Amino acid sequence: MAHSYTPGLRVSEHTVIRRERRLPIKGEVLVARGDRVRANDPVARTLLPGNVQTVNVANLLGCDPVDVPKVLALSIGAALAKGDVIAKRKGMFGFGESKVPSPVSGVLESCSEVTGQVILREPPMPIEVDAYIDGVVVEVMEGEGVVVEAPAAFVQGIFGVGGETNGELAVAVGGPSEKLTAERLTPDLRGKVVIGGSYVSFDLLKKAVSLGVKAVIVGGFDDRDLRELMGYDLGVAITGTENIGLTLVLTEGFGHMPMADRTFRLLSGLAGKPASVSGATQIRAGVLRPEIVVPLAAESLARADDRRSLGMEIGSLIRGIREPFFGRIGKVAELPPELAALETEAHVRVLAAEFDGKVSVVPRANVELIEG
Amino acid sequence: MIEKKANGAPPVMLDSRVRSILATDCGSTTTKAILIEQKDGHYRLVVRGEAPTTVEAPFEDVTRGVLNAVKEVEELCGRTLLDGDRIITPQEGDRGVDLYLSTSSAGGGLQMMVSGVVKSMTGESAQRAALGAGAIVMDVIAANDGRRPHEKIQRIRSLRPDMILLSGGVDGGTVAHVVELAELLVAADPKARLGSQFSLPVVYAGNKDARHLVEERLGPHVALSVTDNLRPTLEHENLGPARQEIHELFMEHVMQHAPGYPKLLSWTHVPVMPTPGAVGLIIEKIAKREGITVIGVDIGGATTDVFSVFQDVFNRTVSANLGMSYSISNVMAEAGLPNILRWVPFDVDERDLRNRIKNKMIRPTTIPQTLEELAIEQAISREALRLAFEQHKSLAVGLKGVQQERTISDTFAQTHSGATLVNLAHLDLLVGSGGVLSHAPRRVQSALMMIDAFLPEGFTELAVDSIFMMPQLGVLSTVHEQAAAEVFDRDCLIRLGTVIAPVGRGKEGQSCLKVRVEGPDGVKEAEVRYGDMALLPLPEDGEARVKVTADPERGFDLGAGKGKPVTREVRGGVVGLVIDARGRQPFELPADPKKRIERLRMWNKTLGIYPKEL
Repeated sequence: MAHSYTPGLRVSEHTVIRRERRLPIKGEVLVARGDRVRANDPVARTLLPGNVQTVNVANLLGCDPVDVPKVLALSIGAALAKGDVIAKRKGMFGFGESKVPSPVSGVLESCSEVTGQVILREPPMPIEVDAYIDGVVVEVMEGEGVVVEAPAAFVQGIFGVGGETNGELAVAVGGPSEKLTAERLTPDLRGKVVIGGSYVSFDLLKKAVSLGVKAVIVGGFDDRDLRELMGYDLGVAITGTENIGLTLVLTEGFGHMPMADRTFRLLSGLAGKPASVSGATQIRAGVLRPEIVVPLAAESLARADDRRSLGMEIGSLIRGIREPFFGRIGKVAELPPELAALETEAHVRVLAAEFDGKVSVVPRANVELIEG
Repeated sequence: MIEKKANGAPPVMLDSRVRSILATDCGSTTTKAILIEQKDGHYRLVVRGEAPTTVEAPFEDVTRGVLNAVKEVEELCGRTLLDGDRIITPQEGDRGVDLYLSTSSAGGGLQMMVSGVVKSMTGESAQRAALGAGAIVMDVIAANDGRRPHEKIQRIRSLRPDMILLSGGVDGGTVAHVVELAELLVAADPKARLGSQFSLPVVYAGNKDARHLVEERLGPHVALSVTDNLRPTLEHENLGPARQEIHELFMEHVMQHAPGYPKLLSWTHVPVMPTPGAVGLIIEKIAKREGITVIGVDIGGATTDVFSVFQDVFNRTVSANLGMSYSISNVMAEAGLPNILRWVPFDVDERDLRNRIKNKMIRPTTIPQTLEELAIEQAISREALRLAFEQHKSLAVGLKGVQQERTISDTFAQTHSGATLVNLAHLDLLVGSGGVLSHAPRRVQSALMMIDAFLPEGFTELAVDSIFMMPQLGVLSTVHEQAAAEVFDRDCLIRLGTVIAPVGRGKEGQSCLKVRVEGPDGVKEAEVRYGDMALLPLPEDGEARVKVTADPERGFDLGAGKGKPVTREVRGGVVGLVIDARGRQPFELPADPKKRIERLRMWNKTLGIYPKEL
């Protein structure tokens, strides 16, 4: 049992964040190593091959597939506009003429003497990748993209929806246990990344969208509301491409969940600073969690505290991640090596944890370390 | 017998001189290692170890996880198996093992796209070929699938599979449709999942007359291999060559590009098999050896595999998004909340249940600590199993499009080509595997989960894989049948007992059947009323046999006809003889929530499902 506890989500005041910004296919890198970039600056671009349309000329003109090359009005590789004639054929006894117009603009890519179909390719689509965070280009992957680095405060969420965005951090609650309320959701939050305490309801999230809020960061959210928001029940936790008008990041889980004190203190202390947020979550294969990155001044790099967990020990700060201790913060009081029986009669590795002064036995799998 | 490995690794003995075998299964989250040793001429499991799989960052080398799992085996058995980062083979004195094998489903397993001309004919045959080889089928593209060509091209582009199986047309039939599919592939220019710099492997197993045309079109763009048509005539399916080709390409292309696999392949004495392919192999072998019909199910965190052998035909399906951790939320999305709630023996708030399920999805490694949490997980598992079985039944079918000679009675029976092969009334053995079934705190919980999900009819034996080692035994069975069979019988399979479920509908409280068990401890009898369940003890030893006579009331059928008694010899089992008189065709739970909870509690109490009432 090499890992019998869950490594926790990272909450770091000073760290160095490096983010790879890669094109889906080869293209052109627009910046050089050492360049300082802003979150919205494009750093690479490329042209995605256009969509393909097929037209079965043999069927449309009633000829044999072998004869399709003879009835083509354009040569292979020729550019064409929507409506241009791509093939034509004289009618019986030379009367009349049947024509096949192109359904799209693009080029005539190929034709087949077996199937009688012609393949047309639409013009390529330009796409750009931006820097995502304010920082410095530290690596250029020729033709593919760059790596941007910045000293930053960094918070990992547990679940998010919506893609990458950025805006100024603003606090809209008085403390980590407070719910976001309609009174605190004011028009001046337009374009901002809003810290919302323990919970946000679906109605308030809709209001945030209408106000033009860029992102909402809260402890918990109801699954019932997630269904309303997305329009369907989310089956598999692969998110980041939803078009819901903003990015939502949960720091704790589903339900009413006070935001961890440390997370709330860190984010509220950075209010007014620009933050980059991504809701992309992928729990399987590779574990991608949503994140809030707040770039800091370059001089703070020297203070970077990239501490990683060395494992769980007596006194380690932990968070319960399953009922009946979900969301509770406590300390490890004992780490017995032998298996213990739970109420379920399963025999598993456990620990004794002190939650609010009371010691309880919890499966090690049901707590996570609070990591810096 | 001495065999030489294709890749030039040392020759290996594959007979009774093999003293010890180490086998690993690299799963998507955990790598499991088992050590088998020969003692007094028989092979037995010695220990099992596990460690997190290390295919993903920061390790990106599957062999790290393998070595960690083997280290745990070393610690537990007190023998040296490793020399640094090398597995010692062959065994030298007390050090090392004679044979090392592995299976793998890490990194998402083998993900394939298949295509055929007619969706319900060659498309379905291609799907069965890929599934049987252990793949997850991401999509079936067919000439008649209702999508327009540009939509198909978009789909192929976005999928990024590990491999494509292209089929279509019977031998000697028209070539145009399958060539059209090849042209779509060229236009889409699909990229391999594990890196766009590699050529995507494509297997062509369609109309042989179209081979040269397909080669002309696809040859320059992909790593094309051509094999026998998987549907040479409408009446005949020939999946073996395509499956073999898929296995070989999986090794040559997909595995070679996965992190650390080239190293792993150089260690194993026989090729690494995809995990579900290996489980399928062992299920197929049990059915053949015992001459029985079998259903096997493996419910994991992300996927649920179902295997069956009926009428000597092996079928395997994978429900890629039905599982108990990563995919748990999808079980709710597909089954619907009311279907999950119907198995929960207490009142639970819908909002609370939804949040609990999502919290399990985002923290997939957590385990139930309270009985309520356990009961909720087991309720969800019933629905995951039921849905996976529904999918299996719809694909484990006879060939469609086949001309059938019909008699008058066939016409009345309304049978049609493509009917499911799965017949629960003829099912002999139901085997469960995967965390929620293998690790349930009480074995009777596993038995009831399987009964509720599969609704077996008549007499059906139940078993579970004790610690999930069917994959390793599957690959072992390809090279050392004796060792695989001995360990399977003695250490892997836990015989739970037999369930007797009469088919029919009655009035609650009316007499349904009488059961008489004649065993070494004397005779036991029970009369069970409609709507009730009962449990009679059996000898715990799976090798023991007892005589069971079940006499159903009029209107209830145990396989011999309505009201006709059936006498069978049944094996012993740790749970016993479960009599399920809740009705079949239909099986219904009370619609009234209060009454439903009352019934669930009663059945749980009768069978001793939980240590206290919930």
